[in-house]
Amino acid sequence: MKASTLPSAAPKKSVWSKILAHRQYYYLLIPAILWYAVFAYGPLYGLQIAFKNFSGAKGIWGSSWVGLRHFKLFFNSYYFPILLKNTLAISFYSLLAGTPIPILVALMLNEVRNAKYKKCVQTILYAPHFISTIVLVGIIIIVLSPSTGIVNYMLRALGFEAHYFMTSPSAFRHIYVWSGIWANTGWNAIIYLAALSNVNPELHEAATIDGATRMQRIWYLNIPTILPTFTILLILSVGSLMSVGYEKVYLLQNDLNQTTSEIISTYVYKRGLQNAEYSFSSAVGLFNNVVNFLLLLIVNGIAGKVSDTSLF
Amino acid sequence: MKKIRESLGDRVFNAVNLTLITLMMLIVLYPLIYIVSASISDPDLVNTGKVWLWPRGITFEGYYRVFQDSSIMVGYRNTIFYTVAGTLINLFFTLTAAYSLSKSDLPGRRFLMLFCTFTMYFGGGMIPSYLLMKNLHLLNTYWILLIGGAVSTTNLIISRTFFQNGVPKEIEEAAFIDGCSPIRAFSTIVIPLSKALIGVMALYYGVGHWNSYFSAMIYITDRSKYPLQLILREILIENQMKADMMAAGAYVDELLLDAQVKAASLIRYAVIIVSSLPVLIIYPFLQKYFDKGVMIGSIKG
Repeated sequence: MKASTLPSAAPKKSVWSKILAHRQYYYLLIPAILWYAVFAYGPLYGLQIAFKNFSGAKGIWGSSWVGLRHFKLFFNSYYFPILLKNTLAISFYSLLAGTPIPILVALMLNEVRNAKYKKCVQTILYAPHFISTIVLVGIIIIVLSPSTGIVNYMLRALGFEAHYFMTSPSAFRHIYVWSGIWANTGWNAIIYLAALSNVNPELHEAATIDGATRMQRIWYLNIPTILPTFTILLILSVGSLMSVGYEKVYLLQNDLNQTTSEIISTYVYKRGLQNAEYSFSSAVGLFNNVVNFLLLLIVNGIAGKVSDTSLF
Repeated sequence: MKKIRESLGDRVFNAVNLTLITLMMLIVLYPLIYIVSASISDPDLVNTGKVWLWPRGITFEGYYRVFQDSSIMVGYRNTIFYTVAGTLINLFFTLTAAYSLSKSDLPGRRFLMLFCTFTMYFGGGMIPSYLLMKNLHLLNTYWILLIGGAVSTTNLIISRTFFQNGVPKEIEEAAFIDGCSPIRAFSTIVIPLSKALIGVMALYYGVGHWNSYFSAMIYITDRSKYPLQLILREILIENQMKADMMAAGAYVDELLLDAQVKAASLIRYAVIIVSSLPVLIIYPFLQKYFDKGVMIGSIKG
């Protein structure tokens, strides 16, 4: 270990004098570490209510233990299989449809030779990422409106019948996934574009001289370059399979499409905060987080074995 | 002979590639153009499907009403406050910690890093967080939206990586030899050299504040503290769904005469533009930084 950042920290000193020499760095860390301790680790302390019968009067610590009762209640409830199925269906659909498209877009943008046009396309593709979820869902509702929406006017003009997509359970997943792809493809392509910019141009020149076609160069030079990025992002998305973007799901929900649109996180919100069933919904949320965490560990382990690329 | 054939293949490739990219751009662009056009068109023409690309029967009534609406204006003011104050808090908490964590010889660095990154993968969840805020007496205060998300671990990692690789070590070391303390070096040397990072971080955090609604929905009950997004939710989602549900059972023409629905439809396109414009104007100026891959640091913790 070299002590180059601080002239006063000469080598061969004890740990304490090293810490003392670095004290100003620790001062700078105080605000963030305090914040993590309170706002990120504080809720972990409160998680114990998942195993208790929380009552506001007794507080988190004073409430009585009930063991796994809330978990059993949830696993045996009518909603459990539906919620699990809806949550997984929506995340697998997002993963399968949403992963390859940004890669394709990045590979294609990388081949555009006209720098000005490329930049213009990028600016436009990024734009929807900056629109809020509320506005995005608002736009979806407006264009899909059965009476005044442009989509239904087009359908009628083409001789089809108008359809109220927002209340249709079979349309929900498609609306959720494809509006997400519309909004985030450009943004998600950035990271692949950044990786592609690291390909040594000399490699491309050499390959061209050796007679490689454009497609061959993309296949043998560009795709291997973005593979580690792809692996890491895949680990992260599999590790969050159970945490679907509930903020958007919640906005797209209504009484009529609930059979496909109710997912674990929105259920936690409704039972927990709207019905004030704190302990039960904490247990449901904990189940969700534990499954997510295990998935992450498993996928990370597999990726580390198969490809040498892993998160930790 | 071979060369000519290849350049032909190249030209075909370019043509197909450009066509597909242009098509994609149009798919993204069309809804945005439609909203802009609808916002300055006669609502009757919009609601009967007569406006599909360019504005017709131009009127600025929608914008006029948006600026007359007191709840929109209060929400707008609150959101500006949450965004500016919240982003400053974010930057302070994130940059100070990221700078210290960028020092590879800091004792305990690995542990401190793990302390922060663990929270990315496991958290208490919605209900314990709510109870924590309740116990801290932060419910229904401005503070909760300013401080509740003060550090994003992803942004912390991006900043740390930037300080490690993007700031020349020699300048800092020269300052240390001259007797400059780490805190002074941070504020007078490192921060001025990190404009790209600060720009991108301010954008990420700022957009996050501007666009977020869920925390406010959970934690804020007092309408005078509502951010703009919650007001938008009422106009764009709740009212619109109500109107659509009603229309599903009524005649369209009858509904168009309904004054309230008409007023809502007048305002909804304009309110989308007014609420989204600030962010859409700012991000192209910072685009060169995120293209260069400031965010590549987020990939590996």
